Amino acid sequence: MNDMRIVERKVDTNEVKIAAKDVQVFYGDNHAIKDVSVEIEDKTVTAFIGPSGCGKSTFLRCINRMNDTIDVCRVKGDILIDGEDIYDAKVDPVQLRAKVGMVFQKPNPFPKSIYDNVAYGPKIHGLAKNKADLDDIVENALRRGAIWDEVKDRLHAPGTGLSGGQQQRLCIARAVATEPEVLLMDEPCSALDPIATAQVEELIDELRKSYSVVIVTHSMQQAARVSQKTAFFHLGNLVEYGETSNIFTNPVDPRTESYITGRIG
Amino acid sequence: MTDASMTPTDAPKKKSSLMAQDARTRKRNAAETRFRMYGMAAIAVGLLFLVFLFTSILRSGLPAFTQTVVDIEFTLTQEQFDTAESKMLKTGEYQKIFVNALSEQLDARGLDVAFDAKAIQRIVGKPGGTIRSFFLENPDRIGTPVSFELAASSRVDGYFNGRMTRDTLVDSRFLMATDLDLVDALEEAGIIGGAFNWNFITGTDSGVDNPGGAGLGASVIGSFFMMLVVLFLSLPIGVAASIYLEEFAPKNRWTDLIEVNISNLAAVPSIVFGILGLAVFIQFAGFPQSAPLVGGLVLTLMTLPTIIISTRASLAAVPPSIRDAALGVGASKMQSVFHHVLPLAMPGILTGTIIGLAQALGETAPLLLIGMVGFVAREYPETFVGGFTDANSAMPAQIYTWASRADPGFYEKAWGGIIILLLFLITMNAIAVVLRRRFERRW
Ligand SMILES: Nc1ncnc2c1ncn2[C@@H]1O[C@H](COP(=O)(O)OP(=O)(O)OP(=O)(O)O)[C@@H](O)[C@H]1O
Ligand SMILES: [Mg+2]
Repeated sequence: MNDMRIVERKVDTNEVKIAAKDVQVFYGDNHAIKDVSVEIEDKTVTAFIGPSGCGKSTFLRCINRMNDTIDVCRVKGDILIDGEDIYDAKVDPVQLRAKVGMVFQKPNPFPKSIYDNVAYGPKIHGLAKNKADLDDIVENALRRGAIWDEVKDRLHAPGTGLSGGQQQRLCIARAVATEPEVLLMDEPCSALDPIATAQVEELIDELRKSYSVVIVTHSMQQAARVSQKTAFFHLGNLVEYGETSNIFTNPVDPRTESYITGRIG
Repeated sequence: MTDASMTPTDAPKKKSSLMAQDARTRKRNAAETRFRMYGMAAIAVGLLFLVFLFTSILRSGLPAFTQTVVDIEFTLTQEQFDTAESKMLKTGEYQKIFVNALSEQLDARGLDVAFDAKAIQRIVGKPGGTIRSFFLENPDRIGTPVSFELAASSRVDGYFNGRMTRDTLVDSRFLMATDLDLVDALEEAGIIGGAFNWNFITGTDSGVDNPGGAGLGASVIGSFFMMLVVLFLSLPIGVAASIYLEEFAPKNRWTDLIEVNISNLAAVPSIVFGILGLAVFIQFAGFPQSAPLVGGLVLTLMTLPTIIISTRASLAAVPPSIRDAALGVGASKMQSVFHHVLPLAMPGILTGTIIGLAQALGETAPLLLIGMVGFVAREYPETFVGGFTDANSAMPAQIYTWASRADPGFYEKAWGGIIILLLFLITMNAIAVVLRRRFERRW
């Protein structure tokens, strides 16, 4: 942890994109998220850190209602995006997920061609007017996923035939292709080599210009490198949330301190 | 697996060489070798049974595809025709003409056997009627040479097929030992011999005393129309039910109950479905008896659980991460199922469907209860709709009917029918394999 550099960067006060109030999540009897309230800003990268099993993924999945697909999972409390409660009965989770993209922990490309993987989202949301348009969207997304150069000659080869790291970047490209406003990333770099990681981090920084990005990571260095805000979770509680530089330099809570210095987790 | 037990070793570890196997490794390797031998023995036994099965089917069934025929060419003069037509017993007169023609041809070849008209009757029956009706229909052929192919009687057929020999022949009104001399002479003259029995494949069922004329054709058509009903009902219903249960239905006590009952349904004996079909479709709903439509409905009930179980298994085998991926880019539940999950499950669904159809094709018991027994397969349906509603039989029911008839000629037909049934099943399985390959290659 000695080479951990915290980049001093200008942090502008952005408007709040996602506001969570007293969120509770239960898996059956298991109380996985306890009373979490947090305000995530627009045009900001927010990192979720914390020991394994503390509920980072669970909370992330609340933001695009992927938890709806788990039968035993119940969510209480409110989560607002742009002031609208996404758990309101009027909200269609499908529409929400087009607005809130997600990259999963394990790369999960569709067993289709690379092109079709990326084109699928724009197709079902009617983002492309014609084939040429779609081609542009696909190329753009693949470029932003930092994988264009590797796959441009084999766009019609199966996406599952790529290496793990390439698959993950393909999934990132797939997520950005639908032009979401919020991008949720659950340990997007856990399968990537340092070079690809650097590319993805660069991409995240790039995405920050237009989106609100939430990233779960186990790497302190990564959190420090890419995020402006950091939230530390422990046993389902949000222990500390604030400027990344503050969290890493002078954490308020002793649990945060012991985690980032490597004593718990 | 005794070698899995741990033996605590307190003693300090001895240095061991990798070149020498220790006792434990030797024991494990020996166990593995033994297991392989058991496996190979099991496969050998299975293959042995298979070979035995196929040879016995082929040996007993192949003769059904040949029919011994009397092939004779003769000319009927106008004069003979006129005299025959003026007689009281017209067909008897033609019979005489036929016997005369036969003995003339034997004489012409210098074969000298004594025989009487009765013997001819025992060998080829009474073809007088056939000959008369031919000339009545084609009066222009009178005076020209006409060749007739007349099916030999079942006993003679048996003599040619090796079902019976001179030694095992018991004199009866069906065939006498002396007739065999005549048969041999006819064979030498090239008048009697085996021919491929197209009628067995294309024909309809015959009377109980005429195994030579029995054919499977009509019941193949019956089976075909039943399979149409089964395919077009059970595939959509089964797949829709499985998709709903697997992907959409909430997991609660009701769906659990449905699930258990579907599994139970798969284990219900087929005859139960038969009596249900009799009660519901024929007695209550008033559908025609012995109709492939009803047979198809009953078999649909039987096939549904098979299709549902295999479809659900192949849906469940699709990794959940694919569903997450689709939902994650904003696909609806239905889009995620139809665009991503279903295509991946397709090979399994197709295999399950074809296995279900193959089972239905071979099913006999329920058909007997709804009256699709062999003897109704006397004629082909005349229209497409008639294919569903006219009384007909199905291959396995026809085979069953033949096997239960007294004449040994029918026993042979039953085996022959089984060969045809197996050919259909092998074809269906081959189609399943091809479809599966085709769908898998898309990914
Ligand atoms: N599908 C599920 N069903 C039941 N319990 C679950 C489910 N998913 C997660 N949990 C429970 O919720 C708690 C939080 O899990 P979560 O996956 O959010 O942890 P995490 O912080 O993402 O951990 P990691 O860093 O290892 O990914 C854990 O106790 C876990 O056992
Ligand atoms: Mg996680």
